[in-house]
Amino acid sequence: MAKSSAFYLTEEPHHAEGSSTMLGFWIYLMSDCLVFAMLFAAYGVLGGSYAGGPGPKDLFELPVVAVNTAMLLFSSITYGFAMLASHKNRLGAVLGWLGVTALFGAAFVGIELNEFVHLIREGAGPQRSAFLSSFFTLVATHGLHVSSGLAWMGILAVQLMQRGLTAANRRRLMCLSMFWHFLDVIWIGVFTFVYLMGMLR
Amino acid sequence: MAQHHARDHHDAHGHHGEVHGTLPEYVVGFALSVILTAVPFWLVMDHVLKSNVHTALAVMAFAAAQMVVHMVCFLHMRPRAEGGWSFMALMFTVIVVVITLTGSLWVMYHLNTNMAPMPDMLQQP
Repeated sequence: MAKSSAFYLTEEPHHAEGSSTMLGFWIYLMSDCLVFAMLFAAYGVLGGSYAGGPGPKDLFELPVVAVNTAMLLFSSITYGFAMLASHKNRLGAVLGWLGVTALFGAAFVGIELNEFVHLIREGAGPQRSAFLSSFFTLVATHGLHVSSGLAWMGILAVQLMQRGLTAANRRRLMCLSMFWHFLDVIWIGVFTFVYLMGMLR
Repeated sequence: MAQHHARDHHDAHGHHGEVHGTLPEYVVGFALSVILTAVPFWLVMDHVLKSNVHTALAVMAFAAAQMVVHMVCFLHMRPRAEGGWSFMALMFTVIVVVITLTGSLWVMYHLNTNMAPMPDMLQQP
């Protein structure tokens, strides 16, 4: 009687374990996207304030950025191959492709850190001008995300070696896939608005 | 057994509208991304177009196209995925991002141009 007249759910509806993980993770990615939007907006506003210091044309080397972009693009397709291998239940291939992806990701982070060290040595550190502050904040936040993705990839590889392609591990692979490809989308924004448009200013 | 169970679970997911990538999808996505990345770099590095404004507009158009390619081919974004909720979240985010970016640039541009002259600016001839 009480049950039929209740206008609220008297018990939690049944959901399969992890059935809402993908949507939840997607919403996290969207909130992360807003974080990057704020950093892009800050760079857009401050990107022309050099305080008499060096500008993008003096600092950026497009061939290096092109190599970096290629690293991230290659890592995207190799992660795709890892996902395809997981659909075919081939654990060894998944681990192999994850390893290749991690190598490309590490190369990306390495090239970026090298660029940062180079800039700071030239006296173009984040404290030099508003342009450089916003540049370092935006690009380093992206780099930090890629580094977190690499740590996640390492941990996931250990979990895969211990448990194999279980339902939970497949879910984690999907989440990391979304995270990794999402970071690639953010990088499109970075190389377009920061590097390419910077050379046109 | 565990693998079998995992696969059942996996298939059950498919009915909820979760989309999985296929090899052609990844290869096409990668090929398009390479083209859509290489052309803007070429435009800027070789000064192909005479006007900087035209180059900037072209570069932004290529970036937008590449973002769509990544969303469709790598992130498997479809309007119907997850019962339409992820597409709705994406559209909401896109709207907020557009408002944030255009709003910030617009407002701050006017603040800069309308700012009262600073003392050191007044000393200049």
